[in-house]
Amino acid sequence: MPPIKRTKFKLAPEQLLEMFYWLRLIRAFDERLSILVRQGKVRSGVYTGIGQEAIIVGTCFGLRKDDWICPLHRDLGAFLMKGVDARTMMSQMFAKTTGLSKGRDSALHSGVSELGIFGNTSMLGANLPVAAGLAFTFKMEQRDNVVVAYFGEGASNTGDFHEALNFAGVHLLPIVFICENNQYAYSVPVEKSMAIDDVADRAESYGFDGVAINGNDVLAVYQATQGALAHARGGEGPTLIECKTYRWHGHSEHDKAFYRTDEELAMWKSRDPIPTFTTYLRARHVLDDAKLKDIEARVASTIDDAVEFAMNAPEPDPQDAVTDLYA
Amino acid sequence: MSKELTYLEAIREALAEEMRRDPKVFVLGEDVGAYGGAFGATQGLFDEFGEMRVVDTPISESAIIGISIGASLRGYRPVAEMQFADFISCGFDQIVNQAATLRYRYGGRTSVPIVVRAPSGGGVSGGLYHSQNPEAWFIHRPGLKVVAPSTAYDAKGLLKAAIRDDNPVIYFEHKFLYRRAKGPVPQGDEIVPIGQSATRREGGDVTLVTYGAMVLPSLEAADRLSQEGVEVEVIDLRSLLPYDKEAILRSVDKTSRALIVHEDVKTLGIGAELAAVIMEERFDSLDAPVVRVTYPDTHAPFSHVLEEANLPNTDKIVEAVRHLVAY
Repeated sequence: MPPIKRTKFKLAPEQLLEMFYWLRLIRAFDERLSILVRQGKVRSGVYTGIGQEAIIVGTCFGLRKDDWICPLHRDLGAFLMKGVDARTMMSQMFAKTTGLSKGRDSALHSGVSELGIFGNTSMLGANLPVAAGLAFTFKMEQRDNVVVAYFGEGASNTGDFHEALNFAGVHLLPIVFICENNQYAYSVPVEKSMAIDDVADRAESYGFDGVAINGNDVLAVYQATQGALAHARGGEGPTLIECKTYRWHGHSEHDKAFYRTDEELAMWKSRDPIPTFTTYLRARHVLDDAKLKDIEARVASTIDDAVEFAMNAPEPDPQDAVTDLYA
Repeated sequence: MSKELTYLEAIREALAEEMRRDPKVFVLGEDVGAYGGAFGATQGLFDEFGEMRVVDTPISESAIIGISIGASLRGYRPVAEMQFADFISCGFDQIVNQAATLRYRYGGRTSVPIVVRAPSGGGVSGGLYHSQNPEAWFIHRPGLKVVAPSTAYDAKGLLKAAIRDDNPVIYFEHKFLYRRAKGPVPQGDEIVPIGQSATRREGGDVTLVTYGAMVLPSLEAADRLSQEGVEVEVIDLRSLLPYDKEAILRSVDKTSRALIVHEDVKTLGIGAELAAVIMEERFDSLDAPVVRVTYPDTHAPFSHVLEEANLPNTDKIVEAVRHLVAY
């Protein structure tokens, strides 16, 4: 794969600011969820993507409404960027009727077909064959839509990963495979689950390109994704983009993550995607104090409103434990 | 007089008719393309509908089902072929966790109209991995439907119903019946509704509930017992999930005795569930314990001698009915 030209896909100042808004909103959403878990207000598993936001923003930004995404359990931001409102997502985490699954599941195991979102089960990698099926229909219809399918480096060890990428390669399907390599599959570090350095290398065996990039650089992610999208829309098949990143919190909010060192965490926090992007925007006079204040206010009010809405939303009717099983 | 087809030809005709009727129907699986399927169920479809609707896949059962699920989310009605029902275990997660739960976790906002065809059953010297009857795994999973036709008529009518159904349907087609079962088939838009049993023979002394390849020996046994003055009512379930509880209970009300015959192994086969339901709902009507004639709790051996020893047959059924009547 040719080197990524950071300037190939131009972004206007207002687009850069919108990217910044999404980074801030997604970070704030997860941070609030983390607090709500500790307060006992949100129960069950919450899997934050704090530290990994640049991947979601860089890949989802500019997708078409009728493109599809197949996000992971950490990718709440992808749901927001593809069009699910914050109230609905917060309701989902509170297991309220106003959530996507009407309280059936608090994690991201739901989706919205009208918005092109498919939410996976807890079986990591199991979204990839589904993504291949979605992309296969685009090929059948000769549409130039694309599926963006997310997986972790851990899921790249599953059979579903192999079966899906192999099929996608055989049929040159319009898919962009985004690997969020956050260095740990729950507690198991990458070096104990793979004998190679880069998941991106696996793409070659399926007959398409793979590239490993800095997943904490939102513009690098955006540029790589745009190249891969153009490739897929042109009928030239899939690309695997491995985004190197790090999750700041444990696997779930219940995980104290004692398996890693403070030094390692501190090193990765120094690569926080948000200050990096802030510096970039300020240096180019895209962002100033007034705009920053405005964005922070919008973020805070969106989250506050979503939490208030979700907390006051009705609990499910017990009868709904056994409905919606069959069409 | 309508034309007569074999069970296998009936399956092929159902596929072809549904594909002609609805451009959203397509088939996929191993060797289903130009080769026409390991048993010939898709013969001729490749020539008529082309490679985008009769899709040869790699040996990737999980992907075959996952791709079907993905396509169904965009309005398609895929019919996935497992080359043997035994291989369905390789796609188990996509069926039980992905397809079966999707509507529930989406809060009822979507459905998964896929069919998984699974050539099942013994009596063909198939050995351990070409003889299995894994229907109980799927009957145990809410969100799925499971059917198992015993005649050419039902093979066609139930497959058409399954394709038109908005839920994931596992369609067990019995290999022993492919060329042995022959008869008239539904014409035009006629289907066999999922959930309805067929009473193959009426009788007032014993209710015999069965399905699939066990219908034939059950009817033979009923003929023989009739000569002894015992009238057996033979109910062919046709659908295993949902099953026709009313028909079973209605018959038990009449006969006060029930026998269940299945080729699946005994422990936690559907016979266990039916016996429990009959006991729960008709305890006072019963004149004898519910009896089961099934495969023993073992694997399917290759040797003709060993397999014959395992398979339920007419003699075993006659013996069980005599015992039941004498109780």
